[in-house]
Amino acid sequence: MLKVDVIEKGTVVDHIQAGKGMKVLAILGAGEGHPERAALVMNVPSKKLGKKDIVKIEGKLVSESIANMIALVSPGASINIIENSKVAKKYAVSLPERLMGVGSCPNPNCITNKEEAGKQFAKEGDRYRCHYCERLFGANELV
Amino acid sequence: MDLISIRDLDKKEVEEILESADRIHTGKKKPDHRGKILATMFFEASTRTKLSFQSAAERNGMQVVDFLPETSSLKKGESFTDTIRIVEGYGDALVIRHPVEGSVRLAADVCGKPVVNGGDGANQHPTQTLIDLFSIRKTKGKIEGMNVHLVGDLKHARAMRSLAYGLAMFGAKVTLVSPKGLELPKQDVEEITRRFGCTMAVKDALDLKDADVLYVCRIQEERFADPMEAKRVREQFMIRKDDLKGAKGDLVILHPLPKVNEIEASIDAMPQAKYFEQAHYGVPVRQAVLDWVLSK
Repeated sequence: MLKVDVIEKGTVVDHIQAGKGMKVLAILGAGEGHPERAALVMNVPSKKLGKKDIVKIEGKLVSESIANMIALVSPGASINIIENSKVAKKYAVSLPERLMGVGSCPNPNCITNKEEAGKQFAKEGDRYRCHYCERLFGANELV
Repeated sequence: MDLISIRDLDKKEVEEILESADRIHTGKKKPDHRGKILATMFFEASTRTKLSFQSAAERNGMQVVDFLPETSSLKKGESFTDTIRIVEGYGDALVIRHPVEGSVRLAADVCGKPVVNGGDGANQHPTQTLIDLFSIRKTKGKIEGMNVHLVGDLKHARAMRSLAYGLAMFGAKVTLVSPKGLELPKQDVEEITRRFGCTMAVKDALDLKDADVLYVCRIQEERFADPMEAKRVREQFMIRKDDLKGAKGDLVILHPLPKVNEIEASIDAMPQAKYFEQAHYGVPVRQAVLDWVLSK
């Protein structure tokens, strides 16, 4: 059994679709220069998903916009906010109806990739339409 | 009020603009916006859209100021949004064409004056759609139930994407005819059919026997990697007099123009060819659009 230390204050993202943990880690800002402990466990057996990834990051509390980004990568992932080594808050992320200032438009000829413009997407079915270029994209294409 | 995309309008609003355009065209209405100034900002080449907007503004009693990107402070590195904020102070409404998709929506976000989209990249050209719907209504009497064949490069022509949407909104029967690889994007077909509960036939060869309206756009040869393939497709999709033999006698041929070689020149003189008339409808329709955005 692979063991990862308990964190005192931070975030655990559980039920990440297997293989998407690296992206979640990047969204949480655990790249080069991140001063705190962070862990990624991949392909953990899961009753719900078959296999899942888990991310733990110390000293980082997830904001709503970060939670929305995680939802784009892995809808259904659960966020556990850890304080004093205990779960203080737990919720599942879901794809929001509107994304404001989150994600980027994959269309290279969209104005949001040429000028300073706030990103805006509206959900249509299981996809998102860019407010500016009006094209539809899969949620995971926006990350 | 801005006019950025045909997708922002409901049928009632489109009806309102078309009805207003008809009253202007038949002399029953004369919008009066004396003392107001239209700023035209074309970051891309244009003949019909720019001149017909300027003509429409003059006919509505307005004056026109024209922004020329090549002699503007864009050359000194001024941003697009700063440029819009400046021109906003010089006009009461702005008409903008720009090659980047979504740019006119962004302009409307930063501008307190009405903004009209004169075409943004491959995205939208809503006033062209209004002209197209107006032309069909003028030449055929109605839009609902008309068999409209959209022919050409449906993938890249912004006019076709918006028009397919507008036609479905009015209950026309739409047939999409394009070379393989240049079809209307699947996401547009799905959105239109879902939103309006319609079906659209898809074909890769001309068959005009049941068509009421033939709407042609240019095959963009520069999109083909193989020039021989481009030539073959251009010839396959060129409309010739012979193609009209089996068609209905009252078939109407429309084209957003400019046309290059997709319609045989001899067709220009045929009674079915209505594309020059269609271009001239641009003035009353754009008079109605300016009246609508300034009055809301």
